[in-house]
Amino acid sequence: MFAHCADPSALGGLNWLLCYLTSGKHLLFYYSFGTVLVLLAVTAPVALGMGFLGAMAARAHNRALSLVGKAYMLMVRGIPDIIFFMFFVIALDQGLETVAHHLRCPDWTEPIRTALEFKVCPEAKIPPNSAPQYVHQIYGFALAVVTFAIVFGAFAANVLYGAMNAVPRAQLETAEAYGLSPRQVFRRILVPQMWVYALPGLSNLWLILIKATPLLFLLGVNDIVYWAQELGGSKTDSYAYPHGDWRLWYFLFLLAFYLAFTRVSEVVLGRLTARLSRGQATMAGEAMRKAGA
Amino acid sequence: MTCMETLSAYAFRSIGLGERMLPKANITLCEQFTLIGSGLIWNIYYGALALFAGFFLANALALAKAAQNPWLRKPAEWFIFTFRGSPLFIQFFLAYQVFVLLPKGGVELGGITVHTDWLTKAWAGALVVLFLNTAAYSAEIFYGALRSVPKGDIEAADAYGITGFARFRRILWPTMLRLGWPAYTNEAIFLFHATTLVFFSSFPAFRQQGDALYYAAYFADKTYNPFIPYPIVGFYFICLTLLLTWAFNSVNRRLNRHLPSNQRARIRLRPQLIR
Amino acid sequence: MKKLMIATALVALSAMTASAQDTVRIATEGLYPPYNLVNDAGKLDGYEIDLGNEICKRAGLTCEFVQNDWDSMMPNLNSGNFDVIMAGMSITEERKADRTFTQNYYPPAISYYVAKSADVDVKTAVVAAQTATIQASHVAESGAELLEFKTPDETVAAVRNDEADAVLADSEFLDPIVAQSNGELVIVDKVQLGEGVGAAFRKSDTELAAKFDKAIGEMKADGSINELIKKWFKEKAVTF
Repeated sequence: MFAHCADPSALGGLNWLLCYLTSGKHLLFYYSFGTVLVLLAVTAPVALGMGFLGAMAARAHNRALSLVGKAYMLMVRGIPDIIFFMFFVIALDQGLETVAHHLRCPDWTEPIRTALEFKVCPEAKIPPNSAPQYVHQIYGFALAVVTFAIVFGAFAANVLYGAMNAVPRAQLETAEAYGLSPRQVFRRILVPQMWVYALPGLSNLWLILIKATPLLFLLGVNDIVYWAQELGGSKTDSYAYPHGDWRLWYFLFLLAFYLAFTRVSEVVLGRLTARLSRGQATMAGEAMRKAGA
Repeated sequence: MTCMETLSAYAFRSIGLGERMLPKANITLCEQFTLIGSGLIWNIYYGALALFAGFFLANALALAKAAQNPWLRKPAEWFIFTFRGSPLFIQFFLAYQVFVLLPKGGVELGGITVHTDWLTKAWAGALVVLFLNTAAYSAEIFYGALRSVPKGDIEAADAYGITGFARFRRILWPTMLRLGWPAYTNEAIFLFHATTLVFFSSFPAFRQQGDALYYAAYFADKTYNPFIPYPIVGFYFICLTLLLTWAFNSVNRRLNRHLPSNQRARIRLRPQLIR
Repeated sequence: MKKLMIATALVALSAMTASAQDTVRIATEGLYPPYNLVNDAGKLDGYEIDLGNEICKRAGLTCEFVQNDWDSMMPNLNSGNFDVIMAGMSITEERKADRTFTQNYYPPAISYYVAKSADVDVKTAVVAAQTATIQASHVAESGAELLEFKTPDETVAAVRNDEADAVLADSEFLDPIVAQSNGELVIVDKVQLGEGVGAAFRKSDTELAAKFDKAIGEMKADGSINELIKKWFKEKAVTF
């Protein structure tokens, strides 16, 4: 990065450290924090959407639909999330390619799955082999995002389902008495009211999501954990900056990053909760009303 | 090999009994079920011991956090914040790095040599991390429960002249436990789920003895087919979760037995308190 | 107009499929210097990367190197996420059963047992090795206690902090580490494993494997492979 870093072996002390910390590899390490943030920014709304659909399905009058919704909600309770992470990424990839295979190569006669291999025709490869590496990386990352969204969507469905049930029945009955259709009751009364009940759960879910991001490492994405391991490991002089085992320091840095991140989130979410409680028929809202009066 | 032979060869493989070499070729469904089930021993070991030991530390921490004295309160707050505010996965990595730095010969403490080398082994090191982690999460639950003990209960105790430790043991503590129990049930379930992370963090597998997920990943790698081993682990964990829920429910019934039935706390998923 | 659009789409699609076979994706680990490593600029580098590019040039293929964890190498190869593995993978009879190898591009390697003291008995000690390597299976079969790690780096760290008595890995990987340990680490024993390092392909991919095999053969014949070996393995290099 800096001109004087051209020959690292001649450097000493602070200069060496400065050059070391700005090497190409370290820049990739810093970018990978961006990867984590992008994952969070994309996953959170998608998971919320999935959760909303799940909660709606669980409340449906249609028995089959309701069962599907409830099963979706229960799956994260019974099975560790890490198993989903390990399973879905491969399963989604193979599933998509199988569908593409049947669409694009209907004449292919060889079996897709043999004892050794999972093989689809070249046209069905997602992304195609000829795509540059960054497309493959984006695809891999997208699979990870979808997996996160499915798992955390199930958590969100639990929260939203609980929140929908927590809206006082009297309010819905009043709306019905005014002649609103079930759909109108859902849209105009239930959904706007439920957020305040859902917020504590959703705040906690956000914190859980932050704390789940290191699992990206297990999905083969070169995230911050990967780089901390790679950079921290001791290096011989095959590398420009040989050093001993520094993994402890890299992981301490990650710990500090996560602590700061969760702390800031807690503060912001606390303010948001206070803001949303204003004028609500809950204990917090009542306390605020009294304090103001 | 018939399924019975497989069962006797691999049922306790995860703790080092039976066949030494793992199955390599022509892997049968029976082998997958047996070996993954064998790995579950480790999940139960970690979960049960961490939960048991963590329960006591959690009580102490909850009391410390509720204390007036800042010398008690501040350390407890920081401990809870550190373990609840960072990912367990990172805690495993970091703990392993710290454990390997401890002097190998042991530490001299008042003339007694405390051995530290066992901490780098997964059976002990990971257990310590899980114990501290669950203690922090449970402490926050108990702290919350302690703060919601009805004022009337304490006033009644005062009126009867029950004070000091007796008041805590007979009034505060049972009520705290009763109020916190549904959330604590969830914590227990998610702690058992978290045990699957052990062999995917820094802790090495010794003689290929690992937990259920370790063997599932082994089979997925060997057979190139994730659709069999992972659902098997999932199945085992659903059974484990049902068992746990049943056990905690019986404790819950006992804690609530003095209350009229409409006031009893029911255990249900409380998503705002999951980890 | 509609016909024209369909025609264009078809042409575009066929162009895509034609090029789909052209790019050969080669996977490597990036953690095993000097075979493969991620250099300080953050790029893949090492003997296998230089060699792979040369092979592709000779065979007229477009190649791309991708990085992948060692322990998910074979599942990813077999589910088609890449086509070749060049990651210091030794050729063994057992591995030939489920994958196609080229001829070796590095001669049969010596593996070292490295420990902190010379009097470690490698038949009974706790020996660290990387998961799913020939060294790991050798340790498991030798009667010693196998301690498995996911990356080569961690196996050496385990010996440094006394968690394992010894580590078993390729001599090329361990040599510079021992040399630069200021006498902390010593070589205890040597063992020859495997039939050399080769590129691995899916069992059914014999056509592509043949192309690689031919190019490696040419490079051996004209001596250019030895040049590359000397460049990366320095004075300890074993040439053909």
